[in-house]
Amino acid sequence: MKVGVVSFPGSLDDRDAARAVRIAGGDAVALWHGDEDLRGVDAVVLPGGFSYGDYLRCGAIARFAPVMTSVIERAGQGMPVLGICNGFQILCESHLLPGALIRNDHRKFVCRDQELVVESSATAWTSAYDAGQNLVVPLKNGEGGFVASEDTLDRLEGEGRVVVRYVGDNPNGSYRAIAGITNERGNVVGLMPHPEHAVEALTGPTTDGLGFFTSLLKTAVEA
Amino acid sequence: MARVVVDVMLKPEILDPQGQAVAQALPRLGFDGVADVRQGKRFELELEGEVTEERLAQIRGAAETLLSNPVIEDFTVRVEST
Repeated sequence: MKVGVVSFPGSLDDRDAARAVRIAGGDAVALWHGDEDLRGVDAVVLPGGFSYGDYLRCGAIARFAPVMTSVIERAGQGMPVLGICNGFQILCESHLLPGALIRNDHRKFVCRDQELVVESSATAWTSAYDAGQNLVVPLKNGEGGFVASEDTLDRLEGEGRVVVRYVGDNPNGSYRAIAGITNERGNVVGLMPHPEHAVEALTGPTTDGLGFFTSLLKTAVEA
Repeated sequence: MARVVVDVMLKPEILDPQGQAVAQALPRLGFDGVADVRQGKRFELELEGEVTEERLAQIRGAAETLLSNPVIEDFTVRVEST
């Protein structure tokens, strides 16, 4: 399975994301922000970092990069898309996911190993997990507070579209401790924590993050 | 030349951590009596030629598409000088 990883100017975690794809058994394909061509990939990861220096709003400029025209179109047709951290911000700015990410309520950058609970395994990126399963993966953000209107939050909860939630102290003021969400179809997932940094015992706190990438391959095999 | 100003503010229901930091700093510096601070963004667009209703409509479109995120922000558009 070919999984594209987009590099924007200011992306930091594109290499780790590509590595996670490979460790999970997929073929990682480098995609360039300025190129609409998705090079025949079956799925796309929008990695973490600070695309365009976080100018204007996090993800606001990246959202209009040529590659995103194709990503948005294919996402609408059901292609799996995972946005991690800055990638989550880009998905919200693209309106592929509802809500927005704002500055952490405590105003400090947070960088720590974070406990999460998987709330939904009914997405292209979380089918390898069991609902209720706890994970520990790195979290690192300055603008990771997930916000949305009460109606939107109720709808997300009611439709089972909260994918992962923070356990313990809320690290960034996210409403209802939401760490990641999905779209109605379950093919687009965005989350602030970094599963791609927790795929190897040598470098990660755990290998709990690997499931995001193996889920995708599992989904492809079953499809 | 005409200047069109677009002011973007977080919606009232959205937490503004930066505004809160400023609000907390003010009394520390002896500036008392400020009940609350909200921080926003101001864009100054210098237009060539005349400001028409049509061009203002375009700018409102730009404000809605790029300059603000309507999920969390409100904006106003006004002509400052002609």
